[in-house]
Amino acid sequence: MLAVVVVLLGLWELYRWIWTSTGWTWPFVVNDTSMPHIWTIAKAFGQPAQVNQAALITVLLHKTAFTAKEAAAGFGLGAVIGFLIGVVLVHSRLLQRGFLPYIVGSQTVPILAIAPMVVVWVNPKLPGPLQGWGAVAVIATYLTFFPVAINTLRGLRSADTQALELMRTYAASRWWVLWKLRVPASLPYVFSALRLAATASVVGAIIGELPTGLQDGLGGAIINFNQYYSIEPQELWATNVIAAALGIAFFLIVVLAERAIVRRAPENVA
Amino acid sequence: MTSRAARQAVEWLPALIVFVVVIGLWEGLVRALHVQQFLLPKPSTILSVFWTQRHTLWPAGWYTFKEALGGFAVGSGLGILAATVVARFKTAGTALMPIFIAANAVPIIAFAPIFGAWFNPISPHSKMAVAGVLCFLPVMVNTLRGLNSAKPRQIELMRSYAASELEIWRRVRVPSALPFLFTSLKVASVLAMIGAIVGEYFGGALNALGVLINTDAQIFQFQTAWAGILVASLLGIALYCAVGASERVVLRWSPQARDS
Amino acid sequence: MSVSPVVHIERVTKTFPQGNVTALQDIDLELTSGELVSLIGPSGCGKSTLLRVIGDLIQPTRGSITVNGKSASQARKDGDYGIVFQDPVLFDWRTVAKNIALPLEMLGWDRNRRRARVAEMLQLVELGGFAEHHPWQLSGGMQQRVAIARALSFEPSLLLMDEPFGALDEMTRERLNLELLSIWEKTGSTVVFVTHSISEAVFLSTRVVVMSPRPGRIAGVVDIDLPYPRTVETREAPRFFELVTEVRELLRSRGEHLLPEEEEALQ
Repeated sequence: MLAVVVVLLGLWELYRWIWTSTGWTWPFVVNDTSMPHIWTIAKAFGQPAQVNQAALITVLLHKTAFTAKEAAAGFGLGAVIGFLIGVVLVHSRLLQRGFLPYIVGSQTVPILAIAPMVVVWVNPKLPGPLQGWGAVAVIATYLTFFPVAINTLRGLRSADTQALELMRTYAASRWWVLWKLRVPASLPYVFSALRLAATASVVGAIIGELPTGLQDGLGGAIINFNQYYSIEPQELWATNVIAAALGIAFFLIVVLAERAIVRRAPENVA
Repeated sequence: MTSRAARQAVEWLPALIVFVVVIGLWEGLVRALHVQQFLLPKPSTILSVFWTQRHTLWPAGWYTFKEALGGFAVGSGLGILAATVVARFKTAGTALMPIFIAANAVPIIAFAPIFGAWFNPISPHSKMAVAGVLCFLPVMVNTLRGLNSAKPRQIELMRSYAASELEIWRRVRVPSALPFLFTSLKVASVLAMIGAIVGEYFGGALNALGVLINTDAQIFQFQTAWAGILVASLLGIALYCAVGASERVVLRWSPQARDS
Repeated sequence: MSVSPVVHIERVTKTFPQGNVTALQDIDLELTSGELVSLIGPSGCGKSTLLRVIGDLIQPTRGSITVNGKSASQARKDGDYGIVFQDPVLFDWRTVAKNIALPLEMLGWDRNRRRARVAEMLQLVELGGFAEHHPWQLSGGMQQRVAIARALSFEPSLLLMDEPFGALDEMTRERLNLELLSIWEKTGSTVVFVTHSISEAVFLSTRVVVMSPRPGRIAGVVDIDLPYPRTVETREAPRFFELVTEVRELLRSRGEHLLPEEEEALQ
């Protein structure tokens, strides 16, 4: 795996070298600004971005922690809400037909556009310490609940018909059937969705920070460094590297949790 | 009404009822509780702005839609190509898979400003790039799964006909991949529109929808912003339905296609 | 019809490296043109493996095999045989007619010729009205008939069948047995038929090859001298029961290693 990463970094430098020596301008001009050397980006971590500040890496780590908080809250809330939606819908085809189109449609609404309004609306309702980042967590929740809801529904429905018939012969209550049969059957699907949700919550957190003008998180850092891009491109790249790492970290946490909980894993699911 | 049309109408009835109820509640509550218009406008206001401002909103939507479409086409196309290559050359595939999985976990959105820097923030190409990258991964991963989903006995059967590798691809792998491909295209269609709009947040032409929504929100013109959001939503849904319709045509043979 | 097939298997051995399994050991067998030979034995006796060796889908570790006077590999490339598996392996995205036409497309037949042959085959397996249906619209038995039609569409001289009726209920099975016999009579091909069912093997075959497991060997061969055409009455003839018993004894005697479940399965 490491070898592949090294190869990719090598390709970056190679691409850079070829394009700068030939002067090709398609698909985009290659120079120190558009594609800084790997080394420049790496160095940028160790230096302060602004005067009187700690090294970039320290600053970024603080911001990452902030964004991670929002993403984690969004992930947790979104997962729970999504799961509950799945549980409610599986018991009624009517409700499914009534609400599913909107649940699917909700994802076509560009969350970025609603974000400022969500913030203005939610913030005053939150207790003091939750304000600011709490609104962003709500936005992260919005992106997270959908894959979890859809996959929970699929998973709960995937219980084998004969197993369901068996439950009926035991005159098992709906509750029992839910917890003893459907939920275990749904776990592979749910985890598959949680993997997606992990990424979605990070994306939601970053997007949420953009219009809210929060300086404390990665989204704020991206906006900042975007403004200085022509002067110090490597800082934006460094921020992106950290953002990517955050996404991957969340993803890995879910994968590891899955391995611990669901020891038998049918891989070809959703 | 033919019985089939009647059955379909019944299928949609609950959704329609929910729609009417929710809109009704929305309108009613906003009026009754005197919710500030600037926070949450009434549906009736949004609709009227949707209509009155159509000369700005609709062309803007079309402009952004073209960006989304471009990104969708390029991203999905490359995704299909990548999946084909990876399926064909197994060793490369297994080595690259972890990279693709990790790439899937990266918040692409974070790279939007960089695409802006590459392709000039105003030009539509930077948004196409964002949309394209968002589409690439789901299409690639799912097409790959589809290409590998051919059952071993089917391959055995083809070998009994002394079929060449190319023929196996043409007659077995590609048709089995199609259902997976279309599922991912539906996901990609929604992502493309979102990608285009988010991309515009970091800069875009003044007549682009995302920019419009943004500026309207910033000057507290929330009715127009909501109307813009409505346009964006409708376009996203339109693309999704277009993909769904072509799915039903191409996958006529599939019993599963009926369920979506 | 094509050249009278001879399948000549000499000292064929097959070892699978994973798990060091000897699936076949020193198999000697000769099949003459027009025969219907059954391979029967408990799980692990190598009957399916032997079938696949004949079809060049698996290569023997040792020994030689010729099909129609050529190497098995050449026979496969020349399209000398058709194969039917336990499950129909039809392509969902093709109609019944297109499924049957698959090998014909690969052989480069033109459209008219294909259409004519498909119609013939549909008549042969009595699925005349189902050309435009899709596989999932048919029952298991019908799907299997489509698979047989497909296997015979290019008139191979050799037909390999791997427990083709194993997944069907007994009544459908018995009916398909009769159909297979009638098809066999009309086409005159040589058939190698792998099965788990003693009564099916005796009912269909000219000869029954009994195999024993671990490692796979031929335990014995029983000549079935029941007259053709065989009918429903044949199953009730005393000679039928005698032959079934003979096969069963052969299975038992060589299968001292048989587990009770395996014996059960050989009903």
